[in-house]
Amino acid sequence: MSKEKRNLIIAGVLIGAVSVLLVAFGNPKNMGFCIACFIRDIAGATKMHSAAVVQYVRPEIIGLVLGSWIISLATGEFKARGGSSPMLRLVIGAFVMIGALMFLGCPFRMILRLAGGDLNALVALCGFIGGIAVGCFFLAKGFSLGRYHEQASLEGHAFPAINVLLLVLLLAVPSVFAFSEKGPGSMHAAVIISLAAGLVVGILAQRTRLCMVGGIRDIILVKDYTLIFGFIFIFVAALVGNLITGNFKLGFEGQPVAHTAHLWNFLGMFVVGLGSAMLGGCPLRQLILAGEGNSDSALSVVGMFIGAAIAHNFKLVGNATDNGPNTYGKVAVIAIIVILLAVAAAKTFKKEK
Amino acid sequence: MKELDCFGLSCPIPVVNTKKAIKDNPEGLDVLVDNVAAKENVSRFGKAMGYNVEVTEMDGGWRISLRK
Repeated sequence: MSKEKRNLIIAGVLIGAVSVLLVAFGNPKNMGFCIACFIRDIAGATKMHSAAVVQYVRPEIIGLVLGSWIISLATGEFKARGGSSPMLRLVIGAFVMIGALMFLGCPFRMILRLAGGDLNALVALCGFIGGIAVGCFFLAKGFSLGRYHEQASLEGHAFPAINVLLLVLLLAVPSVFAFSEKGPGSMHAAVIISLAAGLVVGILAQRTRLCMVGGIRDIILVKDYTLIFGFIFIFVAALVGNLITGNFKLGFEGQPVAHTAHLWNFLGMFVVGLGSAMLGGCPLRQLILAGEGNSDSALSVVGMFIGAAIAHNFKLVGNATDNGPNTYGKVAVIAIIVILLAVAAAKTFKKEK
Repeated sequence: MKELDCFGLSCPIPVVNTKKAIKDNPEGLDVLVDNVAAKENVSRFGKAMGYNVEVTEMDGGWRISLRK
């Protein structure tokens, strides 16, 4: 077995275990980590949307970015770079978020939901793989968002610095934020535990290039089974952890922060798969790259933040209590799929001069 | 030996381009990359295709030499 595979197995097991522990320490069930949900919670805490049940400054997100920032600075991998279709990346980031909130989870949480016995996540996984497969079709035909260029180092430090500021404000003057009093936003581990968990996972993900999209993409594109090991071992470790802690419940109905509208779970994660394949990585990977100085990825995260606000302000999200999305959400997801396909085709078949 | 410039390209595009380029250059080629993920992915792909892979540092990145 290669060193890369071995490291991914170790990282996967640790990350799966950390995810289960975060639930034991207070995070919502099957939500030890959820990049989409947590960015959405931060958007709520900073009053970009007013959905009262999903407002909290999730220290996990801050930890992921800072973990990647610190380790990439230490290893010399930090490099300020950007300029590869920044506006398109921002828009695609927003689309990925709206797709994820239709399903109620990013690819990371999809694995954790699967490991908790939530079969809706299996439907979503099919959509996710479908979206990645379509993305791979375009990639194989020459899709690219263009080359990035080296930037002045401040450009790369800006996004991690915003996360430092967010952490300082959370610790020093939490009253500037809105915090949920009930619902998923009110359920969280202690700040120090969440932050530490984020740092550990951020460092592991940076070192191993862990990516939920990359694993499936590399198999389809070049039959490379390396990255999928991370995905599989997060699942295995979280499954074992959930069985031990009694959080495993097999079925479709009554799953925590979930709905059973199969078509929309499928299409929501189809959007996430396709959009993430176009961005070059899943939401977690975008956070890690942003920590390494990639301002294109930082902008895709900003896009996710805006997408979360749009999704809640315009009621596009899959609703756990009403069991699924409303008409606005359905129209939005269909429109997003059409736009993503058009952008993918334009960036594949129109040759840049 | 053919050179494939993948500076400024994020994964998976360097691997996709390498895959295309070795069809026309089965005897081998040099791939230039400037990020670590691309270096690892192209190296892994080269090895999987049965090439001897040698990575040397160059200004701003790495030269990955794939040879039969």
